Amino acid sequence: MKALIERLEKKFRVTDPVMQRADETFFTVDKADAVALITHLREREGFTHLSFLTAVDWLEDGKFQLTYLLNNNAMKADVGVRVFLDRERPVMESVHHLWKQAATYQRELKEMFGIDFPGSPRIDEPFILEGWHDIPPYRRDFDTKKYSEETYFPRPGRTTHDPADYMKQKLYPEE
Amino acid sequence: MADISKYRDFFPPKNPDGTNIIDLESHKFVKIWQGPQHPGITGNMSLELIIQGDEVMECKTHVGYLHRGFEKLMERRKFIQCFPLVCRIAVPEPDFNEYCFAATVEELAGIEIPEAAVWMRTLILEMSRLTSFLMHLGGQSGAFGLGVVAQWTNYVRDLMLDRFEEISGGRIYRMHMPPGGVRGLTPDGFDARMEETLRTIEDVMKDVDTTLFNNAVFKRRSVGLGYIDPAWVDLYGITGPNARAAGVPKDVRKDYPYLKYPELDFDVITAKDSDIYTRTDLRRREILLSIDLIRQILAKMPKTGEYMAKMPNVLHWRIPKGETYIRSECTRGEYGFYTVTDGSGYPRRVNVRGPSYTHAVALMERMAIDCNIADTAGLMLSLHTYPPEIER
Amino acid sequence: MSSKDLEKRRVTGPDGEQFDVDPMQDYFCQERPKEHEPANRIWESFLNWARAESLWILGYGTGCGAIEMRPLMTPRFDAYRYGIQWRPTPRQSNVLVIGGYLSVKTLKRVIRSYEQMQGPKYVVALGSCTINGGMYWDSYNTINRLDKYLPVDIYITGCMPRPESLLAGFEALKKLIREGKGEGQNLYARNFDEYKANQKKIIRDWDMPDYNW
Repeated sequence: MKALIERLEKKFRVTDPVMQRADETFFTVDKADAVALITHLREREGFTHLSFLTAVDWLEDGKFQLTYLLNNNAMKADVGVRVFLDRERPVMESVHHLWKQAATYQRELKEMFGIDFPGSPRIDEPFILEGWHDIPPYRRDFDTKKYSEETYFPRPGRTTHDPADYMKQKLYPEE
Repeated sequence: MADISKYRDFFPPKNPDGTNIIDLESHKFVKIWQGPQHPGITGNMSLELIIQGDEVMECKTHVGYLHRGFEKLMERRKFIQCFPLVCRIAVPEPDFNEYCFAATVEELAGIEIPEAAVWMRTLILEMSRLTSFLMHLGGQSGAFGLGVVAQWTNYVRDLMLDRFEEISGGRIYRMHMPPGGVRGLTPDGFDARMEETLRTIEDVMKDVDTTLFNNAVFKRRSVGLGYIDPAWVDLYGITGPNARAAGVPKDVRKDYPYLKYPELDFDVITAKDSDIYTRTDLRRREILLSIDLIRQILAKMPKTGEYMAKMPNVLHWRIPKGETYIRSECTRGEYGFYTVTDGSGYPRRVNVRGPSYTHAVALMERMAIDCNIADTAGLMLSLHTYPPEIER
Repeated sequence: MSSKDLEKRRVTGPDGEQFDVDPMQDYFCQERPKEHEPANRIWESFLNWARAESLWILGYGTGCGAIEMRPLMTPRFDAYRYGIQWRPTPRQSNVLVIGGYLSVKTLKRVIRSYEQMQGPKYVVALGSCTINGGMYWDSYNTINRLDKYLPVDIYITGCMPRPESLLAGFEALKKLIREGKGEGQNLYARNFDEYKANQKKIIRDWDMPDYNW
């Protein structure tokens, strides 16, 4: 794994590698280099299986993190490629030409986070939600509880026992 | 009376890349929806099919009917509050969610779970696989018009659910693997009752073998239908039995051994020519393998001992910043959780990687093309998809 | 179905003839549902007995509750001995089982299925999600109370309800029907505007007629 990171660092702007396990490494790559790096990993290093593609919202830093998890079945190893996007204008190059299922992941990210992937097939079609009018729901600034209380009819009489209080009384009364 | 003779030798023209040209206004195509309210669909999802005659020209998968926003809900729950929530992501096989979530959290928090708990988790996961395969086998034969197999396999599945009830008290949602261990070990006399159940399942599997796999109708309809090329496996992200039936030996239990699988003796089951018949047959062999593995686990596992690690106060349980991905082999393929923590008491982000995600959308849209409309239900089932894990 | 398919338009047929299509008028019925007054008492009690003994369930697994339908259909619990059976189409069924939580997208299909069913029809709601949201009480995509959108005849609690409690629930529903209290359909017709307003509040892209049976 170390040798792989060193090889990659020579070619691409790879920073911040974290060896999570012996067979799993996460590292950050510059946005401009990302698709080239992923293509390189797939074509030359044998990371042929895209396990998933997802996003993490770092609201405080004003950034979205995309995580591509690539898997090499011969080497039995995973790399997680982190790409940071600007939260104001989240646009990323598409990888649908490398993996067919990537188009589906990108459709989901477009809908749930509002991250655009120009050129990806059917990117603007709704995937999960129907008739959604609010901000994309997986963003951190979307408050699902408030939305639920305003939109659906909470049944009166439902008292919400905060599990934290309950657990404190039952499990940790001395604290 | 319209003159239809000019349409009789109509053969649809194709694009240079082999895709079909579809012009709905030409009255040569019909758009129909299979699902969500349709008995031949796996759960609550739908296929938008454009057909010409009996042949499917284009297929679009529509999901989202079961979307509950788990990944959002988990962000506003403490780690221990997520535990009862995660098992509800995939209904027929909830234990893999519990295991993957618990394993990611334990890895990030640096918790080692006791030996007995590791064995217990292995046992539950393998029982869960067996239960889910039994249910699927019934569905698969039902899709080709053989309902009696579904009656048998669902009956023996119920016997397995009884064993689950003995362990955890839960019938569908077992909720037995909180972060830090398991909630209990096997009760007294469990091994004998389990052995009896396994014998019953073996007997039923003999009948299923005779009735389903030697059935002329089932063979005629399923052999050669829904072929998966080995080259598609990486291109479409196919995992699990669908990939193994194409001859690609991908099995997380062997490739990335987790829990006690390294200590168990088994081989990866593969087959050639992944058509519906081969895939169903492969799943039958997986059932027999699961039975064997459960016997091995019961023979080796400790019956007493510590089963819960010493946990911090879960109210103030903060997990340091980090991210990890843990995968396991469920009945459909690679099931994984990607958990990101930011040092607070809540997970920053949890992403569920369900195997049906790739099978039901990208692969199904490709495989349904040029297939007979009557076979789409069987084709859909042979990929073994569960919609709730696609949209979460 | 995209909204384009529902627009009024002029279509050229296979023979070249032109004709106008207005899908909302041509394909659906616009009539409001009506309340049904009971006939004379003896005849009605006979009908109620007959209705109670033939519960035909629409085979639509709307949520996780559908997983316990399989054991009910198969020899272990075998609901068929109580006159309960599953039908593939709404036209043949008179019981709609809501299996747990309902996302907004499913609710739209459920309403259509419910309105296509023949009367008298009953709604059975499974699980705590249909009562107050259950596990998903704070989710942005699942409803909290089913009775705001459809008239519920009976709730079966649990998460999930066991097959035994489902059987007990169906027995309770039979009792209600025999006593002539299975009035969900009339309730729906009486408070039609209120139900429609609630439904339209959350289904933003309402691209179907108000009553589409």
